Amino acid sequence: MLVVVEQFLNGLQFGLLLFLLAAGLTLVFGIMDFVNLAHGSLYMMGAYFAATFVAWTGSFVLGVLLALGATLLLGILLEFVALKHLYGRDHLDQVLATFGLILFFNDAVRLIWGPAGLALPLPPWLTVPVEIIPGVYYPAYRLSIIAAALAVAAGLYLVVMRTRIGMLIRAGASNREMIGALGINIKLLFTLVFGLGAALAGLAGLMQAPILTVQIGMGENILILAFVIIVIGGIGSIRGAFMAAILVGMIDTLGRAFLPDLLRKILSSAAASTAAPALSSMLIYLLMAIVLVLRPEGLFPAGKR
Amino acid sequence: MKAVFNVRNAVVALVIAGLMLLPLYSALSGKIFILTLFTRIIIFALAAASLNLIMGYGGMMSFGHAAYLGIGGYAVGILAFEGIGSGFVQWPVALLASALFALVIGALSLRTRGVYFIMITLAFAQMAYYVASGLSRYGGDDGLTIYKRSDFGGIIDLSNRVQFYYLCLACLLGGIYLIWRIVNSRFGLVVQGVRSNEQRMQAIGFHANRYRLVCFVISGTICGLSGALLANNTDFVSPAVMYWTRSGDLMVMVILGGMGSLFGPMIGAIVYLLLEELLSQFTEYWAMIMGPMLLLVVLFARGGIMGSLGRFSRG
Repeated sequence: MLVVVEQFLNGLQFGLLLFLLAAGLTLVFGIMDFVNLAHGSLYMMGAYFAATFVAWTGSFVLGVLLALGATLLLGILLEFVALKHLYGRDHLDQVLATFGLILFFNDAVRLIWGPAGLALPLPPWLTVPVEIIPGVYYPAYRLSIIAAALAVAAGLYLVVMRTRIGMLIRAGASNREMIGALGINIKLLFTLVFGLGAALAGLAGLMQAPILTVQIGMGENILILAFVIIVIGGIGSIRGAFMAAILVGMIDTLGRAFLPDLLRKILSSAAASTAAPALSSMLIYLLMAIVLVLRPEGLFPAGKR
Repeated sequence: MKAVFNVRNAVVALVIAGLMLLPLYSALSGKIFILTLFTRIIIFALAAASLNLIMGYGGMMSFGHAAYLGIGGYAVGILAFEGIGSGFVQWPVALLASALFALVIGALSLRTRGVYFIMITLAFAQMAYYVASGLSRYGGDDGLTIYKRSDFGGIIDLSNRVQFYYLCLACLLGGIYLIWRIVNSRFGLVVQGVRSNEQRMQAIGFHANRYRLVCFVISGTICGLSGALLANNTDFVSPAVMYWTRSGDLMVMVILGGMGSLFGPMIGAIVYLLLEELLSQFTEYWAMIMGPMLLLVVLFARGGIMGSLGRFSRG
């Protein structure tokens, strides 16, 4: 029971983190029709900035805030210098260009920070275990990730559903040409959305950083997961991204935690221990394939809200 | 008016002549590494050419093409591991396995279009990647060393560098010839028609998805062949050949060279892998130069290298 609660929370935490990454991606994808493979690089940059700034300032909170600002600026710079010329181009051109950016960022990081990974140490007040229900302890840091991500998700919901900017964003996701024709400054909106997406990706990266090491290529695996999520959720749909992110986070975490035992009951233990890791890594891709075959538009398509 | 002699064709002819004479140069200059490097380039050129068949002519943007490289490679590796060394068994199995995989994932993936198709092919390739990582009998994550290259009796000796090089070159040119025949056949015209306007093709009575699927399977089979070649070239096969960045590399080669042009992928593979090699000799941080270069190609050289050459020759 203890393990179940703990893994359930781990799944929730991972899912929420994935949501932060997927939200930016789905907005950029849905509104600008732009496939941004470099989104994972922004996630990585967020983590590297945080590790640097925290070491530099000596304060966790200050360092994280600086890193967030730096990622936002980097995102806007990236959009302004390179990516805005790619809007309206073929998806393949965008894939190629942003693939090039991944190569660039990975080597730039290797040049600046060196090939070895960095660690982002937590302040003491975040490392204590918290008793969430009697007898069950959970790390304070992971709890704070859940809280922060939920707060951001709620904030994002309010911005997207209750403000004028949000209205424009939703309108953009449904029909890009139309809001341009209605006299909205679409370029500014695009830059804004891209910067927002970059900051969210950076936030996800720096929150994940203390749990895993900060290393080159950390953004690539998780980028694929984020793509899986927005495809399952329906491209351009924030709500879909949220649901799918939680679903994927849960399935991935719970699969890794419980599948080996489950398989051991059916198969011999040797066969189970070899099959389980592969199978649990495959689960989410299997989920995505099933969703795409049954509902090719994703679970919550943006156009039909 | 299409002239037979233009800059584009001249470049292609020169490149092919160069490839044919390369072993001679390598033998005379004693630079063996050039032969090994170009063997690898030619194998990837074949994979890129197969991807071009579905991307350039079929309009199907597969982001999981590296899966076939792995399947072809693992077919050779696993059979060799189990003591079946004959190439007459290994290679047909490699092709058949790739074709079967393409048939299954194609039938499912072709229910989707556009970006969704890109993502679902990626998902299937990632599944193949994780299956390979789980094959603990065959090395799992660490991969599988192939101690003996495919045995073709006395016909050809794959351990001989020059013979293997020419075999790869023959496969590449044969593959491109096959693609040329396919593209210009009635079948190929239907596939290209479906790319341009699916509804219209449906309306005049073609079962669009069936044509697409057959095209998808042919492409996967050709790529499986280059997987078998690749495994023989490196004497090693690991899940890393199927990783999604590998699929990305193949896409880059196709787009860089010129999507939908017959020799474009070959040129793209040569330029991409040569640049990688040259830049990595020049600096450890070669990707810092390569990345922005790809960006510039996309921004300023539409249609890739072949497209630019075409423009150049038109003046």
